[in-house]
Amino acid sequence: MPKRKGGIPTLTSKAPTAGLLSVMVALFVFSLVPTVTWGRPSPGPPTNLQGEDFPLDDGGSIQLTWALSPDDREGGLVEKYILLRSTKEEGPYTELPYSIPLGSDSYVDSGEVDENGVTIVEEPRNSIKYYYKIIALGKGGVRSEECLIDGPAVATRQWFNPGRVNMLVASIVLSLFILFFIWQASLGKELYIRPLAGLEAVQEAIGRATEMGKPVLFIPGIMDMDDIQTIAGVTILGRVARMVAEYDADILVPCSRSLVMTIASEVVREAYLDAGRPDAFKPDNIRYLTDDQFGYVAGVDGIMLRERPAANFYLGTFYAESLILAETGSSVGAIQIAGTAMPSQLPFFVAACDYTLIGEELFAASAYLSKEPKQLGSLVGQDWGKLIFLLFIIIGSIIAIFNQLNPDLISIKSWFEIQ
Amino acid sequence: MSSLDRRIIFLVVALAVIIPLLLPIGLPIKPTAPVKAFYDSIELISEGSYVLISFDYDPSTMPELQPMAISLLYHCFSKNLKVVMIALWPQGAQMADLAMETVNQQLQAEGKPLPEYGKDYVNLGYKSGGGLVIIGLATNFGAIFPLDTNGTRISELPLMDKVKSAHDLQAVFSLSAGDPGIPAWVMVSRMAGYPTPPQPGETDITGKMLLLGGATAVSAPQFYPYLNTNQMQGLLGGMRGAADYETLLALPGTASEGMDPQSIAHLVIVVFIIMANIFFFLEKRQEERKAT
Amino acid sequence: MKKQFPLAIVFIAGMIFIVQFFSPAFTPIQERFTHWYIVVAVFAFVLGLANLTRLNLQKIHRQQEGWIYSIPLLIGLVGMALCSFIFGIEEGPFVWLFNNMMLPMSATMFSLLAFFVASASYRAFRARHKEAVMLLVAAVIVMLGQVPIGSAGFMGHLRLSDITQWIMAYPNMAGQRAIMIGAALGVVAISLRILLGIERAYLGED
Repeated sequence: MPKRKGGIPTLTSKAPTAGLLSVMVALFVFSLVPTVTWGRPSPGPPTNLQGEDFPLDDGGSIQLTWALSPDDREGGLVEKYILLRSTKEEGPYTELPYSIPLGSDSYVDSGEVDENGVTIVEEPRNSIKYYYKIIALGKGGVRSEECLIDGPAVATRQWFNPGRVNMLVASIVLSLFILFFIWQASLGKELYIRPLAGLEAVQEAIGRATEMGKPVLFIPGIMDMDDIQTIAGVTILGRVARMVAEYDADILVPCSRSLVMTIASEVVREAYLDAGRPDAFKPDNIRYLTDDQFGYVAGVDGIMLRERPAANFYLGTFYAESLILAETGSSVGAIQIAGTAMPSQLPFFVAACDYTLIGEELFAASAYLSKEPKQLGSLVGQDWGKLIFLLFIIIGSIIAIFNQLNPDLISIKSWFEIQ
Repeated sequence: MSSLDRRIIFLVVALAVIIPLLLPIGLPIKPTAPVKAFYDSIELISEGSYVLISFDYDPSTMPELQPMAISLLYHCFSKNLKVVMIALWPQGAQMADLAMETVNQQLQAEGKPLPEYGKDYVNLGYKSGGGLVIIGLATNFGAIFPLDTNGTRISELPLMDKVKSAHDLQAVFSLSAGDPGIPAWVMVSRMAGYPTPPQPGETDITGKMLLLGGATAVSAPQFYPYLNTNQMQGLLGGMRGAADYETLLALPGTASEGMDPQSIAHLVIVVFIIMANIFFFLEKRQEERKAT
Repeated sequence: MKKQFPLAIVFIAGMIFIVQFFSPAFTPIQERFTHWYIVVAVFAFVLGLANLTRLNLQKIHRQQEGWIYSIPLLIGLVGMALCSFIFGIEEGPFVWLFNNMMLPMSATMFSLLAFFVASASYRAFRARHKEAVMLLVAAVIVMLGQVPIGSAGFMGHLRLSDITQWIMAYPNMAGQRAIMIGAALGVVAISLRILLGIERAYLGED
């Protein structure tokens, strides 16, 4: 047994009590640390930590919920919550630097990147089990006891959103109608399409421009190529440009977006090529003005007042500038054909233009001008789809009326809601 | 006469706008139902709640939408609501700053305490993407707006401690001049899983989220279907809507001042239309007489 | 192959966007395509800028009609760009030019609407037939009902503003809905035609 040396107590010391006592006191003090630090009480722990896959996403997210700490209140002991994560229940756990303020009883762990795109927290990987702990943090860094998650949570990828089944069914039904009538048309069946005054007048308008020796002005809207109305406008441009080329007139296409200008230029060039007049194509006639809405309008008005076109086509998305364009066009004596699916601008075009294509007529115009059976077939299919919708509107209205009288009757409103 | 020189029409309209501006008439303003619904919806929000205002317009539509923004901010601060301002249009953030300046001046003139930046309101600025921004805010504000317009990290703003996602908001307001705007908020918020709106007549809106809008007079009619189906709970339409709102708040502003010129201008246009029809019928009768 | 390749790209990209709407698993691919579109659009902007600059320089060089207006256009284009690069866009000359020139000019163009509404109404609202009469009557009621004048009561308590609200809440809403539904169906039809390669006019083909 070691002997005392220089007064230092040893294991053979006959006075073990003082050393043992100091160790016991130290142990007692340290055991109080979780609950008493510098005199501060620690907050009660949150409870009932649950985790599940965040729904309807590509994976990489876990939704966590918990019951608040009993000390979570205004002026209470809790300042915020801390989450810890591990791939093993026994750990080691990594503290996640999320900022979860008091009052929060849920959080979505989906990783975090800083403003420079650098990953601060990696998102949970799919199909991997994750275990979480949550701690309530009090003033001065005092921590509550940990609450362990009830079972692992796994992030998964969802392959189908069941809340959109109704939309899928509607899309399939409508598409089937359209495809059926395209097929019918390809078999040579005669399909009746009601005449659209605005489209019947296209040839007349271009002929007028040719006789007067004035150009045709075509505006494919003010939005970019990601707008379906712009796409519709540009498809019609191809057909109008072909007619203009055949009539040996000029076509001016001032564009508000660079991408639209690039595509319009190609479309018009190909149209002239198809018409056998590649030499007549003037690339400078398709020009970019500005993205700014009213700057573009000012530019187009200037073109109208200088070039005095005989026929103006406004086909695409328009906003407040629609009336300014149409009135200026009217003042120079041009025949004007407009088409848009913007309900707020239609009244202006109806008032100021000679012919207006309303809503779906804009999208039908290209098919109409092509006279191709397959394209005309799609219009018939679209109309049959509209009949189905009309049927649902009538049935729904009748049910809604009876629901007013008896709320317990069947309600089909939820059939048409999309998650 | 049925083809009157348009310059005469322009001159008369100009006078119809200028004269009432210089010599106000003071026509009474009676708020309409959609505006009352807008006001009443905000009154349902409890003090201290968090709301989002999306400034989806630019200076060209300021005359109609800026008075709405000012009145809305005033209403929010008078109810001690905490306001998060964002913009889906590039100049929207500037519009927000300008509106705050005016509101601060108004509050100062009334001797009321001014809202404190970072605690009572924040301006997170502009983010491109429209619908994608709305989708992102459903789950994580910080991912979409990591900094505010001053370059401060939102984690350093006390107000943003309590607003992590759309689920922390009691209301979203879109002041919209076009796209992206109200249609995007209505359609995308629903699909992105924002909290559902309260049912008509419901007064306890805990856990629900109001969606309210202000639009230009030209585009307001197309949002009535959303009002009718409770996808929106209130709508301010054009300068008239802004003036109605100012009346309900007893806060006369530029919109109320604009009502006199707008009334006279509308009257002048109606008179022109009636005149045009009278001349049209007279000319038609003359032609019929000549033919016979 | 030259004709089939763009059609294949359109079909694949279109189908990915459609499938993504129903299947969240396709979100990363859809986002990637969206980012590519943004990159293409930004590069296209360079083409637009080059087109604008070339045409105006050409106009000045050849002294074509209106060439004098091309000078302030080019000065404005280069000047604003330089101001933003040198002084930034938060304050300085760029902000001054934007607030004191750009904004008033935009507001001026927007203000033209007030005058053009008057001239368009004068020209267009003629009672030629019964539909035109209905349009005329509705227009007059709504125009007066939307301003404080319409709040004046007549026929007892019936106000023009009440009739206006009824027109906005019922016939107007019905019409708006009909146009929205019709347009949505039209979008489906044209989208299907483009995806299946039936509609090729946007490629310049017939």
